[in-house]
Amino acid sequence: MRGQKMLSDKDRIFTNLYGWQGADLKSAQARGDWSGTKDITAKGRDWIVEEVKKSELRGRGGAGFPTGMKWSFMPKDSKDGRPNYLVINADESEPGTCKDRDIMRHDPHKLIEGALLSSFGMGAHAAYIYIRGEFYHEAVALQKAIDEAYEAGLLGKNAAGTGWDFDLYLHRGAGAYICGEETALLNSMEGKKGFPRNKPPFPAGAGLYACPTTVNNVETIAVVPEILKRGASWFGSIGREKNRGTKVFCLSGHINNPCNVEEAMSIPLKELIEKHGGGVRGGWDNLLAVIPGGSSTRLLPKSLCDTVLMDFDSLREAYSGLGTAAVIVMDKSTDIVFAIARLARFYAHESCGQCTPCREGTGWMYRIMQRMARGEAEISEIDMLLDIGSEIEGHTICAHGDASAWPIQGLIKHFRPEMERRILEYRKRLAA
Amino acid sequence: MPKLTIDGMEVEVAPGTSIIQAAEQLGVEIPRFCYHDKLSVPANCRMCLVEVEKSPKPVASCAMPCADGMKVFTQSPLAQKARKGVMEMLLVNHPLDCPICDQGGECDLQDQAVAYGFDRSRYQEEKRAVKDKELGPLVKTVMTRCIHCTRCVRFGEEIAGVEEMGILNRGEHLEIGTYVAQMMTSELSGNLIDVCPVGALTSKPYAFTARPWELRKTESIDVLDAVGSNIRIDCRGGEVMRILPRLHEDVNEEWISDKTRFAVDGLKSQRLDKPYVRKNGKLQPATWPEAFEAIKAKISGGKIGAVIGDLADCESIIALKDLLKALGSSTIECRQYGAQVDVSQPVGYLFNTTIAGIEQADAILLVGTNPRVEAAIINARIRKTWLAKRIKVGVIGPQIKLNYPTKYLGAGPETLEELLNGKGAFADILGKAKNPMMILGTGALRRADGLAVQSLARKVAEKYNMVKEGWNGFNVLNTAASRVGALELGCTTGVSFDDLLKLDVLYLLGADELPMDKISKSSFVIYQGHHGDRGAARADVILPGAAYTEKNATYVNLEGRPQTARQAVFPPGEAREDWKIIRALSEVLGKTLPYDNLAQIRQRLVKENALFGDIDVIRPAKWAAFGKDGKCDKAPFVLSIGNFYMTDPISRASKTMAECTEALLNSGDEKAVAHG
Repeated sequence: MRGQKMLSDKDRIFTNLYGWQGADLKSAQARGDWSGTKDITAKGRDWIVEEVKKSELRGRGGAGFPTGMKWSFMPKDSKDGRPNYLVINADESEPGTCKDRDIMRHDPHKLIEGALLSSFGMGAHAAYIYIRGEFYHEAVALQKAIDEAYEAGLLGKNAAGTGWDFDLYLHRGAGAYICGEETALLNSMEGKKGFPRNKPPFPAGAGLYACPTTVNNVETIAVVPEILKRGASWFGSIGREKNRGTKVFCLSGHINNPCNVEEAMSIPLKELIEKHGGGVRGGWDNLLAVIPGGSSTRLLPKSLCDTVLMDFDSLREAYSGLGTAAVIVMDKSTDIVFAIARLARFYAHESCGQCTPCREGTGWMYRIMQRMARGEAEISEIDMLLDIGSEIEGHTICAHGDASAWPIQGLIKHFRPEMERRILEYRKRLAA
Repeated sequence: MPKLTIDGMEVEVAPGTSIIQAAEQLGVEIPRFCYHDKLSVPANCRMCLVEVEKSPKPVASCAMPCADGMKVFTQSPLAQKARKGVMEMLLVNHPLDCPICDQGGECDLQDQAVAYGFDRSRYQEEKRAVKDKELGPLVKTVMTRCIHCTRCVRFGEEIAGVEEMGILNRGEHLEIGTYVAQMMTSELSGNLIDVCPVGALTSKPYAFTARPWELRKTESIDVLDAVGSNIRIDCRGGEVMRILPRLHEDVNEEWISDKTRFAVDGLKSQRLDKPYVRKNGKLQPATWPEAFEAIKAKISGGKIGAVIGDLADCESIIALKDLLKALGSSTIECRQYGAQVDVSQPVGYLFNTTIAGIEQADAILLVGTNPRVEAAIINARIRKTWLAKRIKVGVIGPQIKLNYPTKYLGAGPETLEELLNGKGAFADILGKAKNPMMILGTGALRRADGLAVQSLARKVAEKYNMVKEGWNGFNVLNTAASRVGALELGCTTGVSFDDLLKLDVLYLLGADELPMDKISKSSFVIYQGHHGDRGAARADVILPGAAYTEKNATYVNLEGRPQTARQAVFPPGEAREDWKIIRALSEVLGKTLPYDNLAQIRQRLVKENALFGDIDVIRPAKWAAFGKDGKCDKAPFVLSIGNFYMTDPISRASKTMAECTEALLNSGDEKAVAHG
């Protein structure tokens, strides 16, 4: 597969991802934020939605749903007096992921300007940012930026001179992973228990306070101003078809230089790790496996890592997913079964517990995985694990059930011999 | 009207119908745990997953609205695998304690595990154990059995209106509980037992007493308030083991109050099982002939009158009325509370809106009543209406705590007068309402100026257009099961209450709420009833009768709806069905009544009032003038019932009701329901 060539500096959206410059309004303006905001809104609501559609931007929160299409589900005008809302999901909790965090810390005005433009496009006069409870400093930084924007007249009545009244609120969560699920997030914001809701109705029909709502990831909203300013064709020129634009990748694990980096979509995984991550600890041949898109995506063994491209479709073909683009690299020192058992524990711990399969199944899988890591299991239980996963996957209200099954499926697909070896070894030890 | 096919069968349903409801219309069974047709839909148990064409994943049929052209498959491999998987997951942490579980034999989980589960468990890990919660004297908890369907939480929030049950923690550690350890302060808490699909919430008084397959089930009517809740009496041998609700959408839906359900143990204590005759100032056991002879000796010549008690059935009332008539007396009174309100017009004592009709109301005025205590089921209906439409409710009378917001207007008749003069904020609300209604408690009528209050209430109803074509918003909330039936049979007298209590011979048909100390010392008192309560203590002759579970009898509820109670067990000892006692006595007195069996006495009832000919049918009463203009006293209204749990001889004899009184009323808890 031929990948995308590396992103050149002029195509970078998040020019202050590392915080080398100030995060304040003045510095942000110097980087180009809040320039020409009024001119964009002058082109009209429909133009904004159309342009985002044309850019082929896909949601950066993990599911990769086309953003423009999502926006077009919002009612054009309210027939019953219910307002439209934009809710920005800043509950970034997927293990391995830390992209939104840096955006909010160092480039908050990208997000705020994006919130205004997106809300204008969807006809929302109010937007809410739901930020993860543990992100204390991020919340402080973001609130500071929001206050700055209000002071400068960029938010509030006639925001940024666009003639559009727009209020932006920051809401802090209390630290539950499941509240990152869009409808659980809405419940949490309404003061209810963070249980995902049934769909239908979808948020675009009845979301926050039963009003039409769109929930978007921080990164999705933060790239919107740049798309509108430079044009959909510019964004569309980066990456492969249907996988357009730039993406912030989070590199972590056994690499020499763990980092967040904005790169072109569809960059080869190997290039990403070698160029930006400083290479795998002990060299590329020391690589065991990579989890390419946050803990819920299925892992890739080294053989696939050699060639796979980092985008939605290529990773799906490789029986995994781009997810949040959080690349977790594991070298050969990794106890891969234990690593996945640890993820199983995470999903059991974070299940909200309302649906039967996820509530009972995640704990069950975790307990079996714990034994698997020690080898204290039957070989037939490997298939049983797959079967339990299939009883959870697709049978729950939200995708948490699916997410809990995937890492284990990836492990079994690629590391079944290792699991069997452990079981036999354990038996040998027991016999001796 | 969306048209869809389920398992190849076509069905057309109303818009908004869910797949599970459409399947029910077709008679296709879809298993479910969390779905309950009277509660909101959380779709969390995932048992009702079905396959829908073009949907890659199975769909929760309880939450998915039907769409035109939808093709649903409930038995496809995809649906079956989903169901089997969910069932396995449900059983993963469910204890296998069916042999010691009270739900055994009527457990949804048990039944569906047989139908949809595996025959063995693959779960080898340790099972979860959950600490039991204390919910008071009525509901027993074994929380390890809980499958987290949240029906109880939703029942509490939606029907009972007490946000006390909730979901704690998350994931595997999810628990149902009250967070702060406290008991349910609801008069409907017993329904939690019915809504719980497993053995997590069971009946505390019934614990370990019987198995469902040992029970004989009799469909009957409750008499412990005037609602006439439809019930099922479960008996083993000659013993009533428990009372369960029976579905009647127009009366109690599928709920019953805690008194209806749990006062049943009162049927086993303080019972009158043989006749007694007072000799030398002391009640002595006697035979039936002795008791009848003792009556015969006293009855000749003297003036006789009768008082109908709260639990009396229509058959015995008409028999007694006929007997009195044969003896030359028409002094028969059913208004035990003593006030001489005007009952010449049925519309003046009925619940004219009907219980189901409450749902059409958009503003309700409560006068001198606490519906939560006097008719918990009607209160549940008001709450349901409030939940659906946020109707406005105004209260005149004592300040009461209801489970929906109310506007307190004032304490007594003066406020009603102000309303008549169009004063106050609620006047506006009533004026603008499309279907305004008033519920007048008997507490507002049990006073010397009852007639004037009655007339005042009528005028308020007229002023605010509460009675019009297709709508009658004037209601009296009676609290005694016998009252409307007795009124329909004309059991009222012009004799003043004081004079009545001074008659030579007083026949009390289960009348226990009289001021016994006001009965003249020289009066000869015959008490016919089933419990050794206040009436029996004053009696000179006691004739042991049958309780409502022990006779085939007709009762008319407060709407004027005649319903039939059926005999579930025999009366204890020598006690007999009430109308038969009166019939036997009539023979001894030489005034033999002309009916020998139930069919004949029921014909007699129909002859007296055609209403009794149509069981379960309400005949709307015509609007007419009632009451008498007069000056109302300034004294505030007083409620007719203080303690919800003890209102009649049966509930007063019930140990469970005594425990509830102790736990909820005497605990000093302000939230307790039955504070009058």
